[in-house]
Amino acid sequence: MSKLAEQVLSGDRRAVARLISAVENEPEKVQDELEKIYLNTGKAYRIGITGPPGSGKSSLTDTLTLRAREEGLSVGIIAIDPTSPFTGGALLGDRIRMQRIGLDPGVFIRSMATRGSMGGLCAAAGDAADILDSFGKDIVITETVGVGQSEVEIVRVADTTIVVLSPEAGDAVQTLKAGLMEIADIFVINKCDRESAGKLVLEVRSMLELKAYDDAAWRPLAIETSATKGIGIDELYNAVKEHKAYLEKEGELHAKRLGAAIRKIHDLVVSQVQRDLQSAEVTKELEKLAKLIMDGKLTPQSAARKIISKLKSRKTGADS
Amino acid sequence: MAKKIRVLVAKPGLDGHDRGVKVVAAGLRDAGMEVIYTGLHQNAEAIVESAIQEDVDIVGLSMLSGAHMTYFPKVRNLLDEKGASDIMLIGGGIVPDDDKQKLIDDGVVVALFDPGTKLQKIVDFITKSVSKD
Amino acid sequence: MKEDLNKIREERAEYDKALASCSSRDEVGFITTSSEPVDILNTPADIEGFDYLRDLGLPGSFPFTRGLHPNMYRGRLWTMRQFAGFGTAKDTNQRYKYLLDHGQTGLSVAFDFPTIYGRDSDDAFCEGEVGRCGVAVSSPEDMETLFDGIALGEVSTSMTINGPAAVLFAFYIHAAEKQGVPQEKLRGTIQNDILKEYIAQKSWIFPPRPSMRIITDIMGFAAEHVPQWNTISISGYHIREAGSTALQELAFTLADGFAYVEAGINAGLDVDTFAPRLSFFFNAHNDVFEEIAKYRAARRIWARHMKENYGAKDPGSWLMRFHTQTAGCSLTASQPENNIVQGLAAVLGGTQSLHTNSMDETLSLPTEKAVKIALRTQQIIAYESGVANTIDPLAGSYFVENLTNKMEEGAEKYFEKIKKLGGVVEAIEKGFFQREIADAAYRYQREIEKKKRIIVGINEYVEEEKPDIEILKIDPQVEVEQHRRLKRLRENRDSDLCDKRLEDLKAACRGTENVMPRILECTRAYCTLGEIVEAIKEIFGTYTEPPIF
Repeated sequence: MSKLAEQVLSGDRRAVARLISAVENEPEKVQDELEKIYLNTGKAYRIGITGPPGSGKSSLTDTLTLRAREEGLSVGIIAIDPTSPFTGGALLGDRIRMQRIGLDPGVFIRSMATRGSMGGLCAAAGDAADILDSFGKDIVITETVGVGQSEVEIVRVADTTIVVLSPEAGDAVQTLKAGLMEIADIFVINKCDRESAGKLVLEVRSMLELKAYDDAAWRPLAIETSATKGIGIDELYNAVKEHKAYLEKEGELHAKRLGAAIRKIHDLVVSQVQRDLQSAEVTKELEKLAKLIMDGKLTPQSAARKIISKLKSRKTGADS
Repeated sequence: MAKKIRVLVAKPGLDGHDRGVKVVAAGLRDAGMEVIYTGLHQNAEAIVESAIQEDVDIVGLSMLSGAHMTYFPKVRNLLDEKGASDIMLIGGGIVPDDDKQKLIDDGVVVALFDPGTKLQKIVDFITKSVSKD
Repeated sequence: MKEDLNKIREERAEYDKALASCSSRDEVGFITTSSEPVDILNTPADIEGFDYLRDLGLPGSFPFTRGLHPNMYRGRLWTMRQFAGFGTAKDTNQRYKYLLDHGQTGLSVAFDFPTIYGRDSDDAFCEGEVGRCGVAVSSPEDMETLFDGIALGEVSTSMTINGPAAVLFAFYIHAAEKQGVPQEKLRGTIQNDILKEYIAQKSWIFPPRPSMRIITDIMGFAAEHVPQWNTISISGYHIREAGSTALQELAFTLADGFAYVEAGINAGLDVDTFAPRLSFFFNAHNDVFEEIAKYRAARRIWARHMKENYGAKDPGSWLMRFHTQTAGCSLTASQPENNIVQGLAAVLGGTQSLHTNSMDETLSLPTEKAVKIALRTQQIIAYESGVANTIDPLAGSYFVENLTNKMEEGAEKYFEKIKKLGGVVEAIEKGFFQREIADAAYRYQREIEKKKRIIVGINEYVEEEKPDIEILKIDPQVEVEQHRRLKRLRENRDSDLCDKRLEDLKAACRGTENVMPRILECTRAYCTLGEIVEAIKEIFGTYTEPPIF
């Protein structure tokens, strides 16, 4: 485990894969490794792609990647699919849509399952993106279905967020109500060759027109594409470039990443506190206090104060 | 997040019969595993590269075309070459008994499952094999 | 004899009540292979409104429910057509002669995977695959060798080929030319059913729309030059093998058929010029009554739609002629007797031609011994069982007529659904069929695991000892031999002529000229299969399927 960071930084693909597995399975054991690679991150441009199932996100990721490769840029892809709430298992089929880039040494694709709604996905996906960044990828694309809070969160922290819609993939307006409208920097209407696509394009464009934007703010673009037919890919690629240029010019990129850094610190602290709460010592204390509450001798608020001061007085850091 | 068993299931070569591999994939998912399916018409290089990037515990090949004596050894050798000798190779499909024995004896595969094998048997085998590590 | 349906219903209600006190073996499901619950009993009340002349008629008359021809097997037995092919053309040629000597009445060609995907035996991606699942045919020369000593003017040959069907068809025509047999005398079939490839068998090459264009070109060409040839074998067999229910097999196959009819009409052909040469290919699975109902419903549906929806006037256009194969997916190493039950279903269902699988096919391709037994099974059904002596003997059975009606209703519902999705090609692109099939396949397996469905030898009466059968081994030398043949062919032919012919073919693909004559010209110049397919690929592109589980 302790050599993984070194191996990742020296370009070992197996180590990259193993470190990603570690952040999924036992993140608390590899915080040191993550710390080591972190200083090598920050160079990758991060793109988040989300949308309803069947909208064509994976195909779009595949074509965008090919386009980026034409310019000699290397790409890391994290493709997130839902875990079955009943069985805990997942069928991860996004790679099928990305066969053209599967053997390209400049591309690294990792399929990830949401593994339940108890949290942890955001952190794991974020860490995986950091790992691919430190591995030297110029672009990191995280692609997920935007149904859950955490999945929306994952793409929101990207530099450019793309929301993909398509004529058959459910009611466009409803999708947007789920919070995706606010986070999109670019809207893609995929499968634009279908008959009903025209209607969807109109819906999206008029919705964008209705919204009020500050003069200096970024107005989301609406791009029509057909990933399988190769239509609109250049336009989309250029739209991303345009957004990147905007972010850099207005200092927005810096602000975004600052916000992401704050959130990252916050998340790490919360994770640590959660681990401390789950430690044997604290658990015993919690049970003791809970019994007192049941006996009417203590309030929950009072109990919480006791726990907080107990945590404060413990040794802090990853070594507990 | 709880540790999950990750399995790559693949269709190498030209064989397009995917009923079995899809049923197995669904069965493994229902047993709580994360299953990456490569799709049809894969070459050995693509299968191994996917297995490494996805850091799977097991690679399963579905072969009904008679080309098993070409693909199983190829995938095994490539996995070993790329430093992934800990990734186990299993498979299923139409493989005559003597070929099956040879592949197992030569250490190319750890198990081959006949048509009609119950999904639970495959699940149990994978669960037992992975927990041994 | 008028039945009092109300009285029957009353008595039936009493009977149903009494059933509650009978002990029932309901730890198993009383379900068909399609997971449909089976009625314990049917009575005249279950087929209320049954009209003999409207719903059945007589054999050889609209709507052909009872059979396509007036005297059916009394006039001519079904063709005993065993699918065969392995190794080199020479190996398979020997097997064909063996089968013809032992009473087979039609030839059926199984090609290897490289050929199926339009690749030559020496294509790098084909390593290890040459001659393993069928015969390797990479060149017109291989086709000539395949039928060496077999008079193509006297046999009918079915070729199971889809993506590159046009090319293999041209190779066959050319091989006949070399024997001095004119195109008008050729009898046979090319499977050429690309829609089911996207749905089930997965041996496509080009995308759906250009593939449909090639098919209409073949239909037009054959109507004019090879009038006895069946240009499509619209198939349900593979859909069923992929795990569909019987109803899905019926509905998806007929939907494909209608799609081809519409494609032909839209290409400007008169429906009666090509429809009589459309044929079908169904599965014969284990549940005897379900299968028989399926075949009867298929005949009725096709006849009605062709006459009433497509305005076909030639009665030949109304006939749903079909070949049947016993279900490969039901084979287990411990069940060689499966054929009898399934073969019976096909014959009772009025099939025009039949293939029975061999007992060793769970392990490898059939040996001579195994395929002879399979052939004998058909001969026993034909001559000893008595079922071929009378036509559609199950007609009038309350149960079978009810099942036939239900099949027809179910199919019509599917047709509506497919129409709403925008048609067959659209539904394929949306993954509709693939999803239905994958769900049915998984459900079937789950039923076996829960023992709701018993498979003898698999989850009941399991024996540890496996039968010791000698199986067919393909010599790896086959691949070496093919490489050698191809090398020699390329050295001996006029390469410039080949290049020119391939360019002409590409021009035809770009435009609207019928591609078949161009493919024939490439054939006569001894272009290989791979070369011709590559040329077409350049213009039409290739296809990747949507990921559906």
